[in-house]
Amino acid sequence: MDLRDTAEEAAFRRELRSWIEENLSEELQGHRGGAARFEGPEMRAWSRALHDAGYAGLTWPTEYGGTGASYTHQAIFLEEMARAEAPPHVGVIGLGMAGPTIMAHGSEEQKTRYLEPILSAEEIWCQGFSEPGAGSDLAGVRTSARQENGHFVVDGQKVWSSFAHLASFCILLTRSDPESTRHAGLTYLIVDMHAPGVEVRPLTQITGEAEFNEIFFDKVRVPAENLLGDIGGGWQVAMTTLLHERGTLGFALQAALEVQVRKVAALARDRGADPLQRDRIASEWIEMQALRFTNYRALSKLVKTGMPGPEGSISKLVWSEANQRVTKLALELLGPDAALGEENAPYGGYWQHQQLRSRGNTIEAGTSEVLRNIVAERVLGLPKSR
Amino acid sequence: MDFTFTPEQDALREQARAFLAANPEPSWKELAELGWTGVSVAEEDGGAGLTFVEEAVLFEELGRALYRGPYFSTVALALPALPGDLRAEVAAGDTSWTLAFGPLVPDLDLADRIAIVGGDGIYELEGAEREVLATSDVTRSLGVVRGGDPGRRLADAGVLEEIRSRSLAALAIEACGLARRALEYAIEHAQTREQFGRPIGVYQAVSHPLADAYTRLELARSLSLWAAWCVAQEGAQSDQQAPIAAAAAKAFAAEAAVQVCETAIQVHGGIGFTWEHVLHRLYKRALWIESFAASSTTLRAEVAASLLDATGSGSGVSQTPVSLTQGG
Repeated sequence: MDLRDTAEEAAFRRELRSWIEENLSEELQGHRGGAARFEGPEMRAWSRALHDAGYAGLTWPTEYGGTGASYTHQAIFLEEMARAEAPPHVGVIGLGMAGPTIMAHGSEEQKTRYLEPILSAEEIWCQGFSEPGAGSDLAGVRTSARQENGHFVVDGQKVWSSFAHLASFCILLTRSDPESTRHAGLTYLIVDMHAPGVEVRPLTQITGEAEFNEIFFDKVRVPAENLLGDIGGGWQVAMTTLLHERGTLGFALQAALEVQVRKVAALARDRGADPLQRDRIASEWIEMQALRFTNYRALSKLVKTGMPGPEGSISKLVWSEANQRVTKLALELLGPDAALGEENAPYGGYWQHQQLRSRGNTIEAGTSEVLRNIVAERVLGLPKSR
Repeated sequence: MDFTFTPEQDALREQARAFLAANPEPSWKELAELGWTGVSVAEEDGGAGLTFVEEAVLFEELGRALYRGPYFSTVALALPALPGDLRAEVAAGDTSWTLAFGPLVPDLDLADRIAIVGGDGIYELEGAEREVLATSDVTRSLGVVRGGDPGRRLADAGVLEEIRSRSLAALAIEACGLARRALEYAIEHAQTREQFGRPIGVYQAVSHPLADAYTRLELARSLSLWAAWCVAQEGAQSDQQAPIAAAAAKAFAAEAAVQVCETAIQVHGGIGFTWEHVLHRLYKRALWIESFAASSTTLRAEVAASLLDATGSGSGVSQTPVSLTQGG
């Protein structure tokens, strides 16, 4: 047990810090993220710069344009990026979900074709999993993929799809066997978002922004070579995607929470806090540290055994609820100013926006209810509720 | 960065768990024979020359086993104040100690000798009258000392900060050990107890509070191990975070242990509320830990002060010392 960086890790962190300092422009610093804010060319340029410096796809194998670095480097990278309030690489879905899924299940042709442009931010990806009738219960997917003369014909609707309005490709979960139910008969496809019959409609969310979209598929022809995994084996492929969605995020989330808690403490120093509010600030600082060291424990286990430990499954659950409390505490510290709209509020409306946005944290990427089921069933070994 | 135990530390845990399962009420001499009383005592004084991380492994297992004996008062409270010759006696199992730093002194019924904080130093207290008080946790006593005279001067009061960090970190990890056992009982009950024709663990009104209990416990354990590592570094003067880490760990872990026990009692229904079931004893130890030295609220007030009132750089959290006797 040694909680300090090794000499090699410390060197990587130092180098990364000075790279961020030199390359992160003032306009991009403090960028709030979210797909709606990724549209400008400066975000592509930033992502490209990350790739050129070897920081995109740190853990990806070098043969696919990655750096082949350890999970510890990836954790340091996510920590330092969040601490510097640097925006993430624009290829959030490609880097975290589509890429790892293609590496696990794709053909050599697919790996060669799709992976490198994810890293260089030339091609952005979106995810087509959720549907109006299939949210937490993903096995209820109904979007159909009919086989016809060497290609698939896709009809249906997807929803809550971040980046769809910017994306070149979609990882799409479809039902290829109309007679099937639940986990069987699903097929995982790569779909060109510019193909005829694909229509993207933005959804305006609680903050007033449009980060995510509905996608409509009307007789969209998808070539047979865009199949990922086996026909009928889509569920297994989708599980790989979700594992990566929740698996690699922990460090970025914790570091983002660290920044929020730091800002709340600064806010309290600026505007004062009563003893009850001080107690809550201390609580949040303590829980943020608890999350940090829980992530470290999970990372150490992953590095040593190659298998993530059970601690990892609680990271997103804890972060999302903490972020909701912290942002609401900030509003309380603002007093009556909390009611002001973003244009008139102190700090440019940062806290009003953050608090509203935080309500999505316990819904996106697995609701807290689903995550509690996962902990109860897979970690504690309680009988399945369904 | 490596946040895993060594194979030797894992082996120590296995040994401790097996031994305490077979010997629920070990004598001080037996613990000495296992090497547990001299874990962090230097090798030239007859100890193992290891660190507080190994002691934390033992505190967690002792908490799990609801051990009754002067290990906490000797190893967490008194040991840093003892000179080499007296440490050697502890390592050999010849003496156990407690430290009087507040009005209520722990393990007064079992500890052989008493150290007391007075002025700028810590002294042995000789010839004092001991009164052991009734406690709701009958496995860990509290008492008061009256009269007596200061004997040998053991250490400067400067060692009190280290004692405070050690004792808070020890209590935190002990709380994790007992809470783990309470959670295991609750999980087993939820898997096997049937109502409405199904095991009650299928109902989310039961399973989600258990998932939350597990989550709080894992967070508590992460903080406690962080604190233990910081305390272990303290001798090497390479880590300044021990006081704040220990305060944070104790504040969080004590509350978490109380919550986990309460969830376990609720999940058990009527049987969890009985004298017969072990849960109430785990619960009472958790409450003892929450109340001892400084409550979670008091510790959070200290954390808040270091976050919000520190002068100079805003990141002064790690440098702020935490006083020993606050709330005592």
